[in-house]
Amino acid sequence: MTNLTPTTEPTVADNSAGLVESRRETGAKPRGGLRQLLPTMTPALVIGFSIVTAITLFGIFGPMFVQDPSTVRNIGMTPPSGDHVLGTTQTGQDVLAQLAYATRGSLQIGLIVGVLATLLSAFFGILGAYLGGFADEAFSLFSNVMLVIPGLPLVIVISGFVPQEQRGLWTIAVVLAITGWAASARVLRAQTLSLRNRDYVAAARVAGERSWRVIAVEILPNLLPVIASQFVFAVIFAILSEAGLAFLGLGASNSTTLGTMLFYAQNGFALQLKAWWWFVPPGLIIALFGCGLSLINFSIDEIINPKLRNVRAHAKLTRARGKAAK
Amino acid sequence: MNYFLRKAGFYLVALWAALTLNFMIPRLMPGNPVDVLLAKLQQRGGQVDANTRRSYELLLGGGTDDPILSQYANYLTNLAKGDLGIAVSVFPTPVSEVIGGALPWTIMLVGIATLLSFILGVGLGAIVGWKPGTWLDSLVPATTLLAAVPYFWLALILVFIISSTLQLLPAMGGYDVVLNPGWNADFILSAIRYGTLPALTIVISSIGGWLLGMRNMMVSTLSEDYILTAHAKGLKNSRILTRYAARNAGLPSIAGFAISLGFVVSGSIITEQVFSYPGIGSKLLQAVQNSDYALMQGIFLVITLAVLGANFLVDMLYGIIDPRTRARS
Repeated sequence: MTNLTPTTEPTVADNSAGLVESRRETGAKPRGGLRQLLPTMTPALVIGFSIVTAITLFGIFGPMFVQDPSTVRNIGMTPPSGDHVLGTTQTGQDVLAQLAYATRGSLQIGLIVGVLATLLSAFFGILGAYLGGFADEAFSLFSNVMLVIPGLPLVIVISGFVPQEQRGLWTIAVVLAITGWAASARVLRAQTLSLRNRDYVAAARVAGERSWRVIAVEILPNLLPVIASQFVFAVIFAILSEAGLAFLGLGASNSTTLGTMLFYAQNGFALQLKAWWWFVPPGLIIALFGCGLSLINFSIDEIINPKLRNVRAHAKLTRARGKAAK
Repeated sequence: MNYFLRKAGFYLVALWAALTLNFMIPRLMPGNPVDVLLAKLQQRGGQVDANTRRSYELLLGGGTDDPILSQYANYLTNLAKGDLGIAVSVFPTPVSEVIGGALPWTIMLVGIATLLSFILGVGLGAIVGWKPGTWLDSLVPATTLLAAVPYFWLALILVFIISSTLQLLPAMGGYDVVLNPGWNADFILSAIRYGTLPALTIVISSIGGWLLGMRNMMVSTLSEDYILTAHAKGLKNSRILTRYAARNAGLPSIAGFAISLGFVVSGSIITEQVFSYPGIGSKLLQAVQNSDYALMQGIFLVITLAVLGANFLVDMLYGIIDPRTRARS
């Protein structure tokens, strides 16, 4: 588990000459100052950002405009029409209305778990690596162990032991956060290890700064892109896992999410009755949202790891030369 | 310290942590299994008095006044003997028997599907990475969509298209129920037929990760000096691709196998539920629905052991095929 990063000799990624060359050939200007910290506006980022914004807005404002999601009507399983844009469920509830509320629920859980898991991983990853010695060994061992213990079975077993009435939104969120922080902690640890030996960190320590100040002022700002990317991962993980749990009927008892919708769709024989309008939209929203977040993450990765920018430049150059050759 | 010894040590600690976690969960959670089962009994009109309560406590192995340390010692001794308790939902079958019946299904399904998606993903990734910047390369972002698709939703869609609409493959179960389970051609063919859709689900949703990782490694490997040398020697492209580039670029994928395995196992639990596949995932859910705590814990333990064991094997293998890992530690 400790040999994820391969030993590699200098590669195309280390060769920033490609970047310069590509800029010359494609006529792009180098960027300086603070703009270096912002992601490059690639098509991937634009698409990802649009998807995520659209779904978030739908989750926040959608519920204000749709009908009551729980109104039962005697028009079960009607296909999409003017009155019900996404058709109705088995009991005649409006699918679009349910979708809006469920999206809100899923985003909520994603956000809560994202924050909790990021806090946990920052604590174990950064603090351990900064303190070094025994604390680092112990924290690192702990995160590695948490990483190899399969998360979902653990969550299922824990949910099984918690009685239904106590299985609220926060319980589920905490359980998901506990099972989802370890991978991020490893990444943060690796980054902190390389930062803590930099000269300016050593200078701050020699100057007698307190540990929390060195971490908060000298180290944390440099870790922000990494933390942002890990946060995005945690949100994807949370939404997917919660959807899985809710689909099994083990989700939070006081909230409706996209997984809950799929649970009812499967138990309402939506598949057998070919009511695609009931079970396709919830999964599609999860998939699109996760895809949008991953696309954003690719762009954040380029800030963390400038080597990737060189790879992209290299690819661009190959493409440009290929075109020129034709 | 020796690489292999250190790895073995780590997995021993992980094993101990998993065992202890399994012991702690029921003792830390707010719910009391005995209460839950008694409430169920009362709903069905059963009489509940102090004696019933006592028998349930004894059956579930809880409610003892022993100090926690001796409970822990007992728990470890029982585990060492392979005694996981009695599954109350299928009383009086021991938990180990229930698990033994379901485990082969899951191992075959998850094992074959993971291997397939690993080989396909790494192979395609090598080809895509061989020529960065071509049209093939622009397909790569599409795999992120696949990776973000929930396993079970993909399963639902596949069932909808292939089983409900086209009626090509069966949607439920692990084999044709009229056949006798055993090593005969009919049964095995039927098992393959029933297993195709679940396996397809796992392959489609896990292939993207392999593809992307391999492609990125391939791109950086291609600028290595030894690739240039190989070109200069006038070797055939196919030989450079397979023997020089892919062999080196594939190493991190093998190391990544460990982490992804946990995800695949988790995903397949829900997938099994969609297909009512007779594997360990469906059993785990039945156990949760029937408040069969011994079975739940037993299954969690077996899944964890399997994942730990697979990780251990991969780590050992990695140490053998990549001497650099051994040298560094």
